[in-house]
Amino acid sequence: MNAPRLKERLVALIVLAALLFSPPLLLIADRSPATSVWLVVYLFLAWGVVIALMAWLMERRHEE
Amino acid sequence: MRDGSVVLIAAFGYLALLFVIAAWGDRRAAQGRSLIGSPTVYALSIAVYCTAWTFYGSVGRAAQYGPSFLLIYLGPTLAMLMAPFLIRKMVRIASAQRITSIADFISARYGKSSSLGALVALIALVGITPYIALQLKAITVSHAVLVNYPQAVEMRLADESFWADKSFWVALVLAAFIILFGTRHLDASERHEGMVAAIAFESLVKLVAFLSVGVFTVFVLFNGPTDLFDQVVASPDLTRLMSLDAVPGGALGWVGMLVLAFLAFLTLPRQFQVLVVENVDERHLKRASWLFPLYLLVINLLVIPIAMAGLLLGDVNSDPDSFVLTLPLQAGQAGLPLLVFIGGLSAATGMMIVETIALSTMVSNQLVMPLLLRSGHLHLSTRGQLASWLLRIRRVAILLILMLGYLYHALVGDAYSLVTIGLVSFAAACQFAPALLIGMYWRGANRLGAGVGMSAGFLIWAWTLLIPGFAQSGWMEAGFLDQGPWGIAWLRPYALFGLEGWDIYTHSLMWSLLANVGLLVGFSLFTRQSTLEQTQAALFTEAMHPDLMQTSLWQGQTTRGELRALLDRYLGSSATARVFATHPDEAADDSQPAPPGLTARAEQALAGSLGSASARVLIDSVVRGEALDLESILSILDTTSETLEVNRRLEQKSNELARTSEQLRAANERLRELDRLKDEFVAMVSHELRTPLTSIRAFAEILRDSDDLPDEKRRHFLDVVVRESQRLSRLIEEILDLARLESGRLTLEPQRLDLAALARHSVDAVRLEENRGVNLSVEITPASADVIGDPDRLEQVIINLLDNAGKFADDDDPQVLMRLERYKDHYRLSVEDNGTGIAEDERERVFEKFHQIQRQDGGEARGRPRGSGLGLPISRGIVAHLGGRLWVEQAPRLGGACLVMELPGAPEQ
Repeated sequence: MNAPRLKERLVALIVLAALLFSPPLLLIADRSPATSVWLVVYLFLAWGVVIALMAWLMERRHEE
Repeated sequence: MRDGSVVLIAAFGYLALLFVIAAWGDRRAAQGRSLIGSPTVYALSIAVYCTAWTFYGSVGRAAQYGPSFLLIYLGPTLAMLMAPFLIRKMVRIASAQRITSIADFISARYGKSSSLGALVALIALVGITPYIALQLKAITVSHAVLVNYPQAVEMRLADESFWADKSFWVALVLAAFIILFGTRHLDASERHEGMVAAIAFESLVKLVAFLSVGVFTVFVLFNGPTDLFDQVVASPDLTRLMSLDAVPGGALGWVGMLVLAFLAFLTLPRQFQVLVVENVDERHLKRASWLFPLYLLVINLLVIPIAMAGLLLGDVNSDPDSFVLTLPLQAGQAGLPLLVFIGGLSAATGMMIVETIALSTMVSNQLVMPLLLRSGHLHLSTRGQLASWLLRIRRVAILLILMLGYLYHALVGDAYSLVTIGLVSFAAACQFAPALLIGMYWRGANRLGAGVGMSAGFLIWAWTLLIPGFAQSGWMEAGFLDQGPWGIAWLRPYALFGLEGWDIYTHSLMWSLLANVGLLVGFSLFTRQSTLEQTQAALFTEAMHPDLMQTSLWQGQTTRGELRALLDRYLGSSATARVFATHPDEAADDSQPAPPGLTARAEQALAGSLGSASARVLIDSVVRGEALDLESILSILDTTSETLEVNRRLEQKSNELARTSEQLRAANERLRELDRLKDEFVAMVSHELRTPLTSIRAFAEILRDSDDLPDEKRRHFLDVVVRESQRLSRLIEEILDLARLESGRLTLEPQRLDLAALARHSVDAVRLEENRGVNLSVEITPASADVIGDPDRLEQVIINLLDNAGKFADDDDPQVLMRLERYKDHYRLSVEDNGTGIAEDERERVFEKFHQIQRQDGGEARGRPRGSGLGLPISRGIVAHLGGRLWVEQAPRLGGACLVMELPGAPEQ
């Protein structure tokens, strides 16, 4: 993968993370009737996904 | 009730262990086998972000405000996602400019301004003091809880004399420890490898300790997470705590806190120290950018379960900040609380070590040294004395910083819980963000703008967060917060300009950053930059520019001797030798002028110890003339970017040129080929025409010259002449056909016709002429085969194919088979013979003009007429004109060659 694509992917990930951690999506998670601890579960899940994606982006390029 | 001495021994033992690790790290660094040359150690050292505040305070905050404690860690996660852009640039700049602290960074960016550096150092000192106080409080409280449990901890600091206060002694012990730890020697680059190793170790200790309590809580006090959460769901109070309603300020407060944590992570002096100054390899950021967020996630995973468990099981007396200790104590555990205490101690000491070292560096380099250098009070009688001066200043600074922390703790500490104190410091550190971040990307930001903006932001921070803290401790009249000072309502600290209903941090952050950014941008737009500022601004904003930093910027005049004396005086002889070793010049003696590169190196070396502003002053003292060639640096930057652009365009152009010339070359090649073919063709045509012409002429001459020829002979000769003339005219006809075909002037008259009928007709025509005993069989499958074609031309093709097949069939038993069949919506007419066939690589060449297959046994000898070598090329041309194909393949039945003509079927009528 070439560097420009990595940059674009990183920017996309940053935007995704910012969206996941901010109110519009957060409010949806908060209002979810499924379980009262859903907001906390959602936060940790989103966080984990963001970290996993970042790890994938960063470590994948080692062979270059 | 725990034995106080055991706790003390454990605590001191732990500190001693840290010291050993740090000493080991420093020794390894001196040997060149660095302990911290690993991205994992780097990521762990960044985890100094998790202080006692995380360790004890997160649980407290979760118990009070639900999931909002997570924001303190989500902000840094976002910042680390940007590490490949943002922090990498900071690291690059810091290593190029030998930056020693965030104050140095900002001062260097704005023209190595010592006043700006001093301002940053002062703000940091005031802003971070509460944070240090918080660590002291955490250590004292956790110790008290551990020793006094189950009695409630009564902290009445103000009532006691300070020597009876444990926090005071904790501060003093830690000061001694940090002085031993961090200022044992003065490193030219301000890197503390041993410290980083110890910090990384501490990060592991606090993680293990915290996870142990978490696992103990979830799996021993409860039967796993499901059990715990079932009990939580059963309690409406706890359920409410899990939702966004519990977050102060709601959704707005959420965003405010996220921004606060994001900016503070980048600007807190200790974070800047570990992230930027202590970074040994830019590539470590790659791993750290996800490993550090992962660390945060793991250490926070069990915060909510512990908080919930504390609320479910805890007794009313215990403070939520102490749940991590009281839960195992309550369960009667002996070892676990001690481990927790050590974990909390490691979190607190880690932060205090890095923070005080960073602050003391700022105080010595940005506050004290510039003053000493300016006032001329610094008398360095012997060489290399500066190092001991600096160390002394830093040691005093460390002591003062910790005492300041203690003072804040003693005066204000009780008013806030742990997390609240930490956030006050976060908001202070955020005031560096505009000058730092905008300065890195906007060349126009200038010193005045940065200074005014930062001052205004700091004042608003103090008004909205720091002073209310004092007020809440009863230092001011109670009405100050509710009615505003002197009853002025719009000055109320928590509702400035009447902005009410926000949580205090978002409120403070909004106003202070608004003023900070607004003034920074406004002043920068309307005031001028000095020349040095312009240079530094360019160097900072263009830091990622390749091969920028190698350029030598010094133009002023000085001698090697003066430079050597200056470095000797401030850095000692060994450091001086190192600097001069970079520019070895055997011939030069000390009266020779110093090359610009050497001057630049000397300034860098000084900046590494003293900060850029002081280094600047010192170098100026020996360099005469315009020290820095501003014109050239700006033009270097502009030309490099211009050159890059020009290069890019040139490259594009040359690529285009290369492509065009390639096309031209191909076209030329093609033309040559065509020319060669034409020559060949002319030669062949002449040859082919000459053969019959020669025989006609020969026989005609014989007839003319020999009157006495017998009639029989004469007729035979005339026959030959006629036959050769026919051959000649046929040849000319064919050549004309070919010429028409190739020039596209061949006129065909396509019409609907039945190929089957046409094939039969052609066979009859061939059979009429056939006199060589060729066995010609015909298989026509379809009853009719309608195609669009010119009947005369198609017949010509078919006859040509049959002729050819007859010629090349086996000599003894010549057989030819013609077949016509339908193939999808095409008709295929194939003519095969039982001759020797055509080799694979010859198959396309039979369609070349004048190509004749060489027959070893000489077909001519058996009276077969020679072909002109034009029949197949013409046939292919005609078939192609009619939208069909003509090719050769292996004969499936007779084993010789098989010529196949394929024509598309006519559309249905």
